[in-house]
Amino acid sequence: MQEDEFEPNIVGLLCHWCTYTAADLAGTTRTQYPTNIRPIQTMCSGMVDPVYVLWALLGGADGVMIGACHPADCHYVSGNYKCRRKTAVLKSILNTLGLEDDRVWLCWISAAEGQKFANTVAKMVDELKKKGPNPINAYWST
Amino acid sequence: MERIGVFVCHCKLMAYMDTGTVVEAISKKPDVVHAAAYEDLCLAPGLEQVKDTIKNEKLDGVLITSCSPVLHQEVLRQAVTAAGLEAHQMQAVDIRSQNGVKENTERAIEAISSALDKLKASLPPVRTKVPITKKVLVIGGGIAGIRASLDIADGGYEVILVERTHSIGGHMIQYSETFPTLDCPQCIETPLMTDTGQHDNITIYAYSEIEEVTGSIGKFKVKIRRKAAYVDWDKCNGCLMCIEKCPPRVLSEYERYLDMPKRQAHRRAIWVPHAQAVPMRPIIDKDHCLYFTKGKCRVCEQACPSKAIDFTQQESFVEIEVGAIVVASGFDLMPKSAIKEYELDKDILEGIEFERILCPAGPTAGKVIRPSDGREPKTVAFISCCGSRDPEHGVPYCSKVCCMYLVKMALLYMHAVHDGQTFIFYIDIRTTGKGYEEFVQRAVTEDNVLYLRGKVSKIFRDGDKIKVWGADTLTGKRIEMAVDLVVLGMAMLPSEGVKELADKLGIATDEHGFMVELHSKLRPMESSVPGIYLAGCCQGPKDIQDTVAQGGGAASKVLALFAQDEVILEEAAVR
Repeated sequence: MQEDEFEPNIVGLLCHWCTYTAADLAGTTRTQYPTNIRPIQTMCSGMVDPVYVLWALLGGADGVMIGACHPADCHYVSGNYKCRRKTAVLKSILNTLGLEDDRVWLCWISAAEGQKFANTVAKMVDELKKKGPNPINAYWST
Repeated sequence: MERIGVFVCHCKLMAYMDTGTVVEAISKKPDVVHAAAYEDLCLAPGLEQVKDTIKNEKLDGVLITSCSPVLHQEVLRQAVTAAGLEAHQMQAVDIRSQNGVKENTERAIEAISSALDKLKASLPPVRTKVPITKKVLVIGGGIAGIRASLDIADGGYEVILVERTHSIGGHMIQYSETFPTLDCPQCIETPLMTDTGQHDNITIYAYSEIEEVTGSIGKFKVKIRRKAAYVDWDKCNGCLMCIEKCPPRVLSEYERYLDMPKRQAHRRAIWVPHAQAVPMRPIIDKDHCLYFTKGKCRVCEQACPSKAIDFTQQESFVEIEVGAIVVASGFDLMPKSAIKEYELDKDILEGIEFERILCPAGPTAGKVIRPSDGREPKTVAFISCCGSRDPEHGVPYCSKVCCMYLVKMALLYMHAVHDGQTFIFYIDIRTTGKGYEEFVQRAVTEDNVLYLRGKVSKIFRDGDKIKVWGADTLTGKRIEMAVDLVVLGMAMLPSEGVKELADKLGIATDEHGFMVELHSKLRPMESSVPGIYLAGCCQGPKDIQDTVAQGGGAASKVLALFAQDEVILEEAAVR
């Protein structure tokens, strides 16, 4: 990694039933994508507490990706809808807190979409590189 | 946890990673008393090493780094629990599948460190025991559902078979003959249908649908909606006198709405699908019944010797409790209208329509005639891949059976019309089953079925004939031919309403609506919900052989579950 080029750190909160499996698929099919994402397996996107996202951003993550099942495909029937609502509410307050809302991505990626997962990560890395580092890192240097 | 062992799996799939550096870095972490790299931890010798080390080193926490835990967690957990630890004292860490290729030594160390924290914080899981209600619900009475029902019922458990139409048998009973052996389904499937109907352990709810499903493995609560048949099936004895007297003639769903000359394929307003229906009980079609539409008639009521006709019947609900569910909801064909380049015409048929015309028990008693004018067709063109392998018009996948059923129909047609001529337009001939390739060769060499490699661009009526425009890609020439009849090998789709059913069951479907199995290779009969199993074409296009095999497989899953008295559900504990 070159010192001068900014490499964003992304925390991935990935649903076990879809996106996490898609990430596995991307790996087993040896799809190349940026290594900036740190996947964390959750049982459902519905259990992604907004606090987890805040925690990640306050901890210095440059982006948070929530990977959820496509609408109507949730393993637990409606977890992804709950996630969508929570994310919408969270995003509405992030800017007020000085954390930018476009650092949080909610993506619908099914278990079969390894390529989509890889593409989404690549796209997110690109966008975050354009945006630059999470400003919180400047105020709260560790 | 004070004595943690870290087992770093290494095989050629992890060739990009420097395992030595990983082990060295991890062994410096607090509470880690053992860290080493092993080969093939997912295999038995590797697992034995883990078990021995746990005992020898008196470990109280284990971290195993390998491929995705989705793949290996269960087997690793079993090894660890066999060595005397609890499930929560083990964490599986993915250092391969999601670890990228570049810089992955560093990433692996990072992932293992995080997992160490997780391991130290994990609590024992909460276990609940659920007694298993040893009854099973089978959804769909096609050949998959029949096979599953019979196998489970023979195992001694009660089966409730729910079928949407008013007879079991599914699509298979509509076919003329089945490839590659040319047995007729009326001969080979009806004994199974009768067995199902008469089995002590099987209750059939025909003309019924699933209204609601709640609960989970061992204890599903299911509400079944029994549609109003306007015939009291308990009183009815199946004599069918009502049908003989019923005046209206309407196109029959069972005959795929074939409009044959002299209304041969028509049914009455009170009807049974065919002469071997199980249960042999009629229903009244409210949309065409003269009493319901015009307010008078009631001829069936007078004709019925057992006073079973009940015009006031309402739909009713049955609530049952079952321990497991087998979904066998089957398929439908893509409508012909999906391909705009192929005209909608009485003489352009889809596969099952032509099956009915060829079928000895069909509307024409096996006499091959054209629906438009009743003449015997002398030239027939069969078109493969109508909608299949064609994302622009239909679906990207291969429907698997069209190659075989088209050649079967071509062969049956040649047997019925000796001076006839058949052409099959194909992209590839996919004959993957036992005896399939031989069957195609037989049709080509013995029965002069002519294969033309190329796609058909346009089909339309031209006077008395049907024009087919295509290309022969082997000679590179354009083909224009005029034939008497065209048969389209339409793509297989999941049956209508499958999405709603999947939502009620809480199981996943793919982008085409087929139900998703737990693992495409290793767990093809299990749905994403424990206790719900899949059989037949609801999971993907299949031939009869595979469908029956999967029906039997789903039954064995249910029997394995029912061999236990209770199921242990594990929940992760939360702080």
